[in-house]
Amino acid sequence: MGVIFFLIGCSVFIALIFLAAFFWANKTGQHDDTYTPSVRILFDDEVEEAGSTPTERSEAS
Amino acid sequence: MIVSKTTQCYHCGDEVSHTAYEADGHAFCCLGCQSVYQILSSSNMQQYYRYNTHPGKKKTEASVRYEYLDEAAIADKLIDFKNDEISVATFYIPSIHCSSCIWLLEHLYKLHPAIVMSQSDFLKKQVNIRFKHTELTLRGLVELLVDIGYEPKITLQDVIKEGRKFSQKGLIAKIAVAGFCFGNSMMLSFPEYFGMGAFEARYSEFFGWMNLGFALPVLLYSGRDYFRSAWHSLRRKELNLDVPLAIGIAVLFVRTAWEVSSTSGPGFADTLCGLVFFLLVGRWIQERTYHHLSFERDYRSYFPIAVTRLGEGGAKPVPLADIRVGDRLLIRNNEIVPADAILLKGQAAIDFSFVTGESDPVRKVLGEIIYAGGRQTGEAIELEVVKAVSQSYLTRLWNNEAFKPYERNFRTFSNTVSRYFTVTLLGIACSVLAYWFLAGDGVRAWGAFTAVLIIACPCALALSSPFTLSAALSIFDKNRLYIKNTAAIEQLATIDCLVFDKTGTISSPSASRMRFEGSLLPHEWEMVRAVCKNSSHPLSRELVKWAGEGSSESLSLSEYREIAGKGIEAIVSDYRIRVGSASYTGAPGNEKGSRVYVSIDGEVKGCFLVAQPWRQNLGLVLGELAKERRLHLISGDNDKEKAQLRSIFPPQADLLFGRLPIEKMEFIQSLQAKGHRVCMFGDGLNDAGALKQANLGVAVSDDINNFSPGCDAILDGRSFVKLPRFFRFAKDAVKVIHMSFGISLAYNLIGLSFAVTGTMSPLFAAVLMPLSTVTIIGFTTVATHLYARKNQLIKS
Repeated sequence: MGVIFFLIGCSVFIALIFLAAFFWANKTGQHDDTYTPSVRILFDDEVEEAGSTPTERSEAS
Repeated sequence: MIVSKTTQCYHCGDEVSHTAYEADGHAFCCLGCQSVYQILSSSNMQQYYRYNTHPGKKKTEASVRYEYLDEAAIADKLIDFKNDEISVATFYIPSIHCSSCIWLLEHLYKLHPAIVMSQSDFLKKQVNIRFKHTELTLRGLVELLVDIGYEPKITLQDVIKEGRKFSQKGLIAKIAVAGFCFGNSMMLSFPEYFGMGAFEARYSEFFGWMNLGFALPVLLYSGRDYFRSAWHSLRRKELNLDVPLAIGIAVLFVRTAWEVSSTSGPGFADTLCGLVFFLLVGRWIQERTYHHLSFERDYRSYFPIAVTRLGEGGAKPVPLADIRVGDRLLIRNNEIVPADAILLKGQAAIDFSFVTGESDPVRKVLGEIIYAGGRQTGEAIELEVVKAVSQSYLTRLWNNEAFKPYERNFRTFSNTVSRYFTVTLLGIACSVLAYWFLAGDGVRAWGAFTAVLIIACPCALALSSPFTLSAALSIFDKNRLYIKNTAAIEQLATIDCLVFDKTGTISSPSASRMRFEGSLLPHEWEMVRAVCKNSSHPLSRELVKWAGEGSSESLSLSEYREIAGKGIEAIVSDYRIRVGSASYTGAPGNEKGSRVYVSIDGEVKGCFLVAQPWRQNLGLVLGELAKERRLHLISGDNDKEKAQLRSIFPPQADLLFGRLPIEKMEFIQSLQAKGHRVCMFGDGLNDAGALKQANLGVAVSDDINNFSPGCDAILDGRSFVKLPRFFRFAKDAVKVIHMSFGISLAYNLIGLSFAVTGTMSPLFAAVLMPLSTVTIIGFTTVATHLYARKNQLIKS
């Protein structure tokens, strides 16, 4: 039954990773705007425009 | 007016009259809308029109000049980040309102190659633009935004405010830590609650230490604000609700630490973590704010960021702060006079409507002083500054005592109750301690003492106000009354005296003042206007203004006559036109004022109705409000409408006219001295002092994104009719708080009856605390919505 110490250690460790991820998201402002991304994702990609730079779009998201 | 077809403008959706602008088969209402379309279509961005029909907004204000953005000193203030090649700037754009706006503002790179990236924030109405400043200047960027109909609002205050944005990030991090510890410690506490066999008992010590480990960050990090607040409150010799909370948290931790270290029990770590977690969530809910509204605006956000100074090197834009006494300024049409100054050159017609409430432009002669805040209408004028911006007649108001920056302390219900609560709680705990000591049971005495402090910890009590008021806040918000914070709602419920400003507050600036009943053909319409143009009677001027500019061809006019008190008459293109009262034009019907009849060759064609400029149902609203409160009116305007207002306002109301901003403030003070709790309704800068002085200041605005002075709440003019319901609902919300206080006290009593005997198990605390919390959250939410439905603020 000593394995229970190991398992609890694992679960707390994983929970800590999630906590750290939340802190990171909070710090980098990912919760600042909770509305606009939901609209942004619905915009169509423009097929007729071959000249536009797709890298900039991905940067914007 | 006869409109043959009702086409809508492709850009803004306004009705298009017969002289339409057209492009690509789409009709436009004006040149502005058409040119935006052309800019977008030339960059292949018609997609803008695909996400929403008529996504644009008509440009209403005259364009501002942006030369000042070329000044490095000003531009640097606006730019967030700059390196050799790239600049980043954030703009506040009030006209962001739909998904098309987001699309357009995020595809600016298609309009100009120098724009690298742009990202919009819909709720804050901001756009963050990254651009190559070697190819596009800041001014060029702003002008580009203006050209496509998204004019950024650049004011002094927003620039300054940029640096100290309100952030909840710290609070969210604390909630995350508390939530993390809550979940984990609850998991580790379950074995104890379900009962462990003798075989597993060796784990309980390990679980206890783990739990203590989780309680530590909650105590030291998440919960530290409660200790700080309790300490501050004690030093001020007050007892706020944070005092018993801090005692509860501390006792929970000490008892847990003692039980774990002495292996005498499992401790209360999960209760402690849960308590702090719920409390912080309540605080977070309470601190939600409006990102796109500012309640702290003063003259700085009304004034321009820069003015044109005339110097040896010609005209040059300078920041407002650099204006000195003796400087010569050039003020163009529609620009604001930023400081008290003497008129040196030009025809000044200053529109002071926003400053004094006086609606007609004031003419000034050379050498006369023009006070700051007025807007020049007409040609450009030259002025010499006689007082610094901050010392001017208008801005001096902000140096007044009422504007000293201090946190306005509303006396809230929970603050009042907490005093008695804390004293009672400590009294019970101490008497329990004394009782068991006298009974000779020292261990039980400490157990019962700490149990009382733990179980009576007013968690549910502390949550009932935030949850009720934030639910009420969102209901007010849906009805377009935007309240600064939750404490202001409680304030709203106690108001017994209302003071109204006139212009812009109870009268609506946008209300169409005229209506025509009858029918006139377009050429007859032209003739009526031609006649009215010759008259200087206010009604005629109003009529011409309303009818708008017609075709430029001038009609020949002869035998013009004006009969005072009756009407005007003239012969236009062989037609005899009469405009005036019913008897004069030969119209049947009563002689009630504010009706102007039109007859052509003796035949009555119809009449103009001069509608009241008052807000819809003003009489009804005031009548309703007057039932429980005193009403007063204070205006900076003259008393020409006094008789009319007298009939609308209740007889005991004071109607004061021609008052200075400082007198408005003093009037509020005098009412407060009589023991009234005053709510001021105003809209302009001249009301700023009164709004600040009043127990609750409400700014009435027809466009909430426009300037509104510093206040506690912003009311959209369209919701003015709902005012009586708002007051009733605020009272109901306070009633809900009282009821939920009752419920949480009942929970406390149940808990106490166990605690005083010293037989409280950790499981009991772990169940009672979340149960009472959930009850309170559920009750307040449901009750608030039921009351909102009762007051018809939400649809059932």
